[in-house]
Amino acid sequence: MAQLRQRQLYSGVTLLVFVLVMVSGFNLAADRNGGSFWGGLKNFFDYPSEVVGEAAEKAAELPAHFKTFFPALVETINIAGVSTLIGALLAIMLSLLSTRGLARWPRMIFFFRRVMDIMRAIPEIVIALILIFVLGGGPVPAMIAIAFHTTGALGKLFSEVNENADLKPVDGLSSVGANWTQRMMLGVVPQVAPNWLSYALLRFEINIRASAILGFVGAGGLGYELKNAISWGQGKFDEAGAIFLLLFLTIVVVDQVSSHFRNKLTHGSAGGH
Amino acid sequence: MLLSVENVTKTFGQNNAVDSATFTVERPAMIGIIGRSGAGKSTFLRMMNRLTDATSGVLKFDGRDILQLKGAAKRAWQSDCAMIFQQFNLVPRMDVVSNVLHGTLNKRSTVATMFNLFPQSDIHMAIEILDRLGIAEQAPKRAEALSGGQQQRVAIARALMQDPKIILADEPIASLDPMNAQVVMDALRRIHEEDGRMVIANLHTLDTARRYCDRVIGMRDGRIVFDGTPDQLTTGAARDIYGADASFSEAATSTSIDALEGVPA
Repeated sequence: MAQLRQRQLYSGVTLLVFVLVMVSGFNLAADRNGGSFWGGLKNFFDYPSEVVGEAAEKAAELPAHFKTFFPALVETINIAGVSTLIGALLAIMLSLLSTRGLARWPRMIFFFRRVMDIMRAIPEIVIALILIFVLGGGPVPAMIAIAFHTTGALGKLFSEVNENADLKPVDGLSSVGANWTQRMMLGVVPQVAPNWLSYALLRFEINIRASAILGFVGAGGLGYELKNAISWGQGKFDEAGAIFLLLFLTIVVVDQVSSHFRNKLTHGSAGGH
Repeated sequence: MLLSVENVTKTFGQNNAVDSATFTVERPAMIGIIGRSGAGKSTFLRMMNRLTDATSGVLKFDGRDILQLKGAAKRAWQSDCAMIFQQFNLVPRMDVVSNVLHGTLNKRSTVATMFNLFPQSDIHMAIEILDRLGIAEQAPKRAEALSGGQQQRVAIARALMQDPKIILADEPIASLDPMNAQVVMDALRRIHEEDGRMVIANLHTLDTARRYCDRVIGMRDGRIVFDGTPDQLTTGAARDIYGADASFSEAATSTSIDALEGVPA
């Protein structure tokens, strides 16, 4: 009984501390804020309603805007596609080099794993900002930035897939005198390719969003157009609406198509083994 | 002298998996290695193929110590010394012909083989070998779709595709039913007789060793404790190899269909 009461006391104190931290933290943040949080909250819906209102007013122009911004959409998808492809190829190499039992140089596994950790840890936008300073704006810095991050992210997932690969075929290929590249390409890849492809498709979806966001920092594509259109007071909210819709529809379509194929890849072939 | 094994030893921690194995083979023969599980048979074959490194010893083939080979020279030796496994070790998702063509990987360029580009003559040869083993009609199927006995014959075809000097077989029939076991052992014997290749097979049944081999080597706890002709392999010698007492009966472990006739019902 005494024990129970003590435990209840501890829970109460924890809750109290939690509430105090929340309140004081919130007040501190509200004080530091440029405007007033509570004052701003009342106007929260002014901006979206103006965007939606203006876009609805000029709804007739939407199809024309779709046409105008279509090339920018293609650029965004292009950046995502190329960076996913390059990232996946590098990820394949790094993942094979960092999987126990498959690695070409077993002592280097730790090194290659840390390389992937670092590549994964740096956000795309940081790399893109630096590269835009160095190379100037455009799709190439965005592509490099996304490919860099993709390599780290996919490399980790791929090496987890590799760990489940059956080593018997690899042993069989070793016994005929096949070199490392041949063992990997012919012994491991046929086993893991469906899962790799599934992860790469998922990453492609993520990269479309990433490439749209990178447009905001000057990397071109749909994000750049959106940044120009969405600023207040230019009367371009119809364009912003069109871009939003375009991006939204693209992501939905890619999402649906890729999840269809991913399902096929992971479940369709499961019966074979 | 063709093959000489001198004091080949493999140590895992404190254990000697293979302890000073020594024997010589003067001319191509069909040799069976018997012994209970853990006696070091598999480790010995894996060392010969260089899948596993030996701890010490010398293993000479035509005067060259193959335990010292490294890199490309080691892979060239592996291509001369084919290996057949208990679990077949084929690539399950690839078709049978591709699996057989893998036997030529060491002789072809990496880039060409990566894209499955093999010379037309190699493909014809692969199908001829499959035909010789009686499974040519399975050629376009995926390896995983075949029965165990068929998969083992594909593995033998891959070994033949290497055009090897020696074929090592590590428990080739241990996961097969008696019918398929006989087909596979007959194939190995025929390869030895028709092509004059040396065959060294780890076997887990005495009657298979007696029936198919010219020479039998018995291993116990990593040591070679018997080396002689099948005739010299008496029940007493077998009991020594397996460390069994008088209740040991050969028929009880046999996988041969004929042996069943000798067992009282």
